[in-house]
Amino acid sequence: MKKSSAALNDDILPLDVEAVRKDFPILHQRVNGRPLVYLDSGASSQKPEQVIHALSEYERRDHSNVHRGVHTLSQRATEAYEGAREKIRCFVNAGSVKEIVFTRGTTEAINLVAQSYGRSRLGPGDEVLITEMEHHANIVPWQLMCQQTGAVLKVAPFDDNGELIMARFSELLSDRTRLVAMTQVSNALGTINPVQRMVQMAHDAGAVVLIDGAQAVPHGPVDVIELDCDFYAFSGHKLYGPTGIGVLFGRESLLEAMPPWQGGGDMIKTVRFEGSTYNDLPYKFEAGTPHIAGVIGLGAAIDYATTLGMDRIAAHERQLLDYATDQASAEPGMRIFGNACEKAAILSFELDGIHPHDVGTILDHEGVAVRTGHHCAMPVMEHFGVPATTRATFGPYNTEAEVDSLFAAIGKAREMFRT
Amino acid sequence: MNDLRDLYQEVIFDHNRSPRNYGELASANRRAEGFNPLCGDRVVVFLHLSDDDVVEDVRFEGRGCAISTASASIMTETVKGLTIEEADRYFEAFHRMAKGEDSDDRLELDKLEVLAGVREYPSRVKCATLAWHTVRSALYDTGDMATTE
Repeated sequence: MKKSSAALNDDILPLDVEAVRKDFPILHQRVNGRPLVYLDSGASSQKPEQVIHALSEYERRDHSNVHRGVHTLSQRATEAYEGAREKIRCFVNAGSVKEIVFTRGTTEAINLVAQSYGRSRLGPGDEVLITEMEHHANIVPWQLMCQQTGAVLKVAPFDDNGELIMARFSELLSDRTRLVAMTQVSNALGTINPVQRMVQMAHDAGAVVLIDGAQAVPHGPVDVIELDCDFYAFSGHKLYGPTGIGVLFGRESLLEAMPPWQGGGDMIKTVRFEGSTYNDLPYKFEAGTPHIAGVIGLGAAIDYATTLGMDRIAAHERQLLDYATDQASAEPGMRIFGNACEKAAILSFELDGIHPHDVGTILDHEGVAVRTGHHCAMPVMEHFGVPATTRATFGPYNTEAEVDSLFAAIGKAREMFRT
Repeated sequence: MNDLRDLYQEVIFDHNRSPRNYGELASANRRAEGFNPLCGDRVVVFLHLSDDDVVEDVRFEGRGCAISTASASIMTETVKGLTIEEADRYFEAFHRMAKGEDSDDRLELDKLEVLAGVREYPSRVKCATLAWHTVRSALYDTGDMATTE
């Protein structure tokens, strides 16, 4: 997602897609008698053999609880678990592993910040600023926190191209703004927000900033130091890793001052009935036995993505998006939602006279997997006055031939509905 | 492999293109809203119930997929003229048919059978049952938003 990545595109070697496809066993199957065309990586990406192998090796050889035992297996599990934390630190370029907290996913990471930072720091009249294009996971945790604290939720709108209206964002920042939370890439529109600039504007207004990176992390390099954000949240399962594991990056000084969110084992130093003392970072925010396999799988996924090269993945996806967008513009009665200049490989659309759910079923019949529905972004649907859209998302293992299959299947849907 | 034509029969396209009893009902004395959280579709059902609990008139409004629109359209044709109890019997029978469950009820489902294809598509069953859940809450005037959950 670095600004420089687009400029680099011309110089970087293209991805060997056929080799990448060989790494993903799930892709080699037929669905409803047709070769599977998986265009739903935005909802959840698939796992390469390297991740499946790491998960299996851990379960077969190294599984034990972490940070607990002196025995060999516990030490192996702990080393693998903490080793993965270091990989993730390096991947997002955080200054210290103390700043990398494991969560169940992006959703839990945002809830952690809302409940720990938000609830302890915000009061009546304070403001939280989000955008109109947020996923429900970056709306509802703030609504809950506002109900608890008396803080007020403000929403910066986007225009009909799906681009954030920066003038409105700027106006909505005030000396009451304590926290700004925005997505780096919209899951429903594909819009890439100018987050670096937004962070600076928010900091100038005296607010701390959380970036929802769920859709951004799989599609290009992320550098939390360059972004200068205070919190950055993302999930493993959109980055070729397992479900149930996510990451919260938090600025050390902020995490240090924040109260624990969940209590339990591992997050304490001493426990007495009179009161307990809490563990150091990041363990203060990791109560209970964590999703050890998930963390190790995510570490392997990051190794894999890094080997492919985040810039190369971004360039490949950009090419697929351009290819698909060209075909879409030639398709009569096809309306694209999200035409931002800076856009990730997400094609959200509607077909005149055919509801997305019908499109989804007919496409599935042709072996093409897409997401249909409101994409957990009901306010985005409301903006465009539609109940749902059809969304195709592209990953490093997708090909132009698969984009052709998508449009051939769309042709079948039209034929059936005679539109 | 299922044949898509079992799901999308010509009758369904016909109801989808020109839904019967569509639009607000001015004389309605019962109204219920239905919502399918899975896809965001909404449907509103208007009923005019007589003093002796007979559905004198029924209309619906809303945007949905072909399955849900056709199902709502056929639902209105089915329940018109029925008592609350009779309509409820159809709800139960339709619900079981859509989920592919056996029934002892020998009720003649008649034109509702065109929607039987959804049983092969678990993710689409709720599209077919939404209007029925909604008419049911209108019949019993529950005041709650009907959902398929």
